[in-house]
Amino acid sequence: MVTYLDHAATTPMRPECADAMLPFLGGRVGNPSGGHAAARAARQAIEEARETVAETLGAHPGEVVFTGGGTEADNLAITGVLARQGGLPLCSAVEHHAVLHPVQALEGRVVAVHGDGRVDLAALDAALDTQVGVVSLMLVNNEVGTVQPLAEATALVAERAPGAVVHTDAVQAFPWLDVAAEAAPAHLVAVSAHKFGGPQGVGALVVREGVAVEPLLRGGGQERDRRSGTHNVAGIVGMAAAMRATVAHRGGTVERVARLRDRLADGLLSAVPGVTESGTRATKVAGICSLLIEGIESEALLVLLDQAGICATAASSCASGAMEPSHVLAAMGVPRALAYGSLRLSLGWTSTDGDVEHALEVVPAAVAQLRERTALTLAP
Amino acid sequence: MSGGVDSSVAAALLLDAGHDVTGCTMKLWGGASDTGCCSVADVDDARRVAQQLGVDHFVFNFGDDFRATVVDPYVAAHAAGRTPNPCVECNRSLKFDRLARRAHALGFDALATGHHARTEHAGGAWRLRRGVDGAKDQSYVLHMLDQVALGHTLLPVGHLTKGEVRRRAAALGLRTASKPESQDVCFITSEGGRRAFLGERLAMTPGRVVDTDGREVGRVTAVELVTAGQRRGLGLAGGAEPRYAVAVDVAGATVTVGGADDLLVDGIAVEAMSWVDSPVVSGAVEVQCSAHGAPRPAVFDANASMVRFDRPAPRVAPGQSVVLYRGDEVLGGGSAA
Repeated sequence: MVTYLDHAATTPMRPECADAMLPFLGGRVGNPSGGHAAARAARQAIEEARETVAETLGAHPGEVVFTGGGTEADNLAITGVLARQGGLPLCSAVEHHAVLHPVQALEGRVVAVHGDGRVDLAALDAALDTQVGVVSLMLVNNEVGTVQPLAEATALVAERAPGAVVHTDAVQAFPWLDVAAEAAPAHLVAVSAHKFGGPQGVGALVVREGVAVEPLLRGGGQERDRRSGTHNVAGIVGMAAAMRATVAHRGGTVERVARLRDRLADGLLSAVPGVTESGTRATKVAGICSLLIEGIESEALLVLLDQAGICATAASSCASGAMEPSHVLAAMGVPRALAYGSLRLSLGWTSTDGDVEHALEVVPAAVAQLRERTALTLAP
Repeated sequence: MSGGVDSSVAAALLLDAGHDVTGCTMKLWGGASDTGCCSVADVDDARRVAQQLGVDHFVFNFGDDFRATVVDPYVAAHAAGRTPNPCVECNRSLKFDRLARRAHALGFDALATGHHARTEHAGGAWRLRRGVDGAKDQSYVLHMLDQVALGHTLLPVGHLTKGEVRRRAAALGLRTASKPESQDVCFITSEGGRRAFLGERLAMTPGRVVDTDGREVGRVTAVELVTAGQRRGLGLAGGAEPRYAVAVDVAGATVTVGGADDLLVDGIAVEAMSWVDSPVVSGAVEVQCSAHGAPRPAVFDANASMVRFDRPAPRVAPGQSVVLYRGDEVLGGGSAA
């Protein structure tokens, strides 16, 4: 029995999504770019999905570009816009690497955040000028769960860098916030299906009317020349189904998960000495419990949690499997030594009281073991 | 599990012996690397072997510790004209200390590696012995293991030849079976070498090359890169008798060269000695001064912390490990002063 507390890394697939995908993994065939009956049916499936995605993201269907996930959507937003209109990219210091690395590769500007993880609007104001071409500010941070003041930031951009386009990485926001409303001020909005009960490897970028993007992938000219490549029909259909299910249940899920998260965080804060919570709960989404534990290393803690059947992570997932101290926590002013003791328990639509109870039982004992067994002694 | 064949087979042997095994790989170096256990490709290989064996596998990032205890001292030692052995320091500070303590904290009884050496409990104490495959013996780089460390250490491939290790890996279908051996320092690329690595971290000192009478006979671009005993790369004209670096003085920007006879010494001072069991104070020992060097008969003078060779032997570059053996058993070791 596994207690899954890593929803910010990826989420269990919603049954509505699996049901919607199955026909395309079995009998149905057809390249949506073709002309015959099977192709037309596949095209119909993705266009219906496009309408769902557009509606839930507050966009017109023609503004939705299907991608191979959140990273591609973020890269397309930053690189694609700058390739067309020039200028420098700018982002906050707590962005996901899918934004931060393209911005750094293009020698862009990185803006500081406050201790609670929210972007420092005064620093943003100071960093903005007419050289800036794209501003990227995530809606919700993946490590701490902080909600960024996107509307205020966008207003500043309009004033200080009127030609600049605003992109928001809403990958972590979708399960928790009404993205259509919250991301309305942005010109570009990125989402990723597997963060809300959809399949891995599919996402979308909203590119609002009037904003031009140069494609990252050239070929058959799909997605109105903004993203070539045969459509991932099953994935796109699954993403739309997961969106519908997420939106239908969102109100109840947020309320229920917030209660679970509060119970988990409060329980650990009182049961384990030397623990603090990252960020401010009032400005965080419901799903994330992000802790800093003194005197231990989360790398070791995660092994003990894993052995006890709890899936969690230190801050965010990393390709090599090795953990680097989080750039998000560093930007929030957390000392490196303390950042080594970070623990992210992220909840989602399948989380239960049982999950919380299991974590409340295992984490304090695991921390105590690590604090106890620090020195090797002569073997018996 | 480094992603190499020895640690892969070590894990398999432990499983055969009925142990509850968990694999782990240390991520030590974020910079350029083309060998050793630091590249993502090697981590991938180690992880895949663990999957094939059906054991859990974790990656531990000890990059900060590696920099502080291995890389920075390596650079500082060169600046002081010494030639350290970073693999020995990695074993001392990372594998058999940092990682061993991590394993202990997680509740494991022992840390196993793929080193070719053997541990044995005899006469009330732990012994460290050479590996069965003389050509692959790695006991030299494990000389710092003491009774506490050896009590928590397993070296499962030490009783196999390298050929047998590869045969077993192939029989298990492990992707590491025919992987080439890593022989170089993991954080130094073959392309740039020591010169490029140190050049980015140290101001190199051009210097004079003088003979034993003090006459200038050549020049070098970096005194820091010259190692006692070195013959090539000293900017000397060919044709004459071979000449070797016999002394390196970074502060004085001078390398002294001499003939083969000038290289010989009666003994060497050893510092930072550690002992497998009780300190050796008397009697004949054999001394090995490089990873695959020949052991030479000697006695250890504990009062002077000196190794005295039975017959004059080539001098040892300061910083190199000097390891004392009796037969195939490691007694202890330290660094040439």
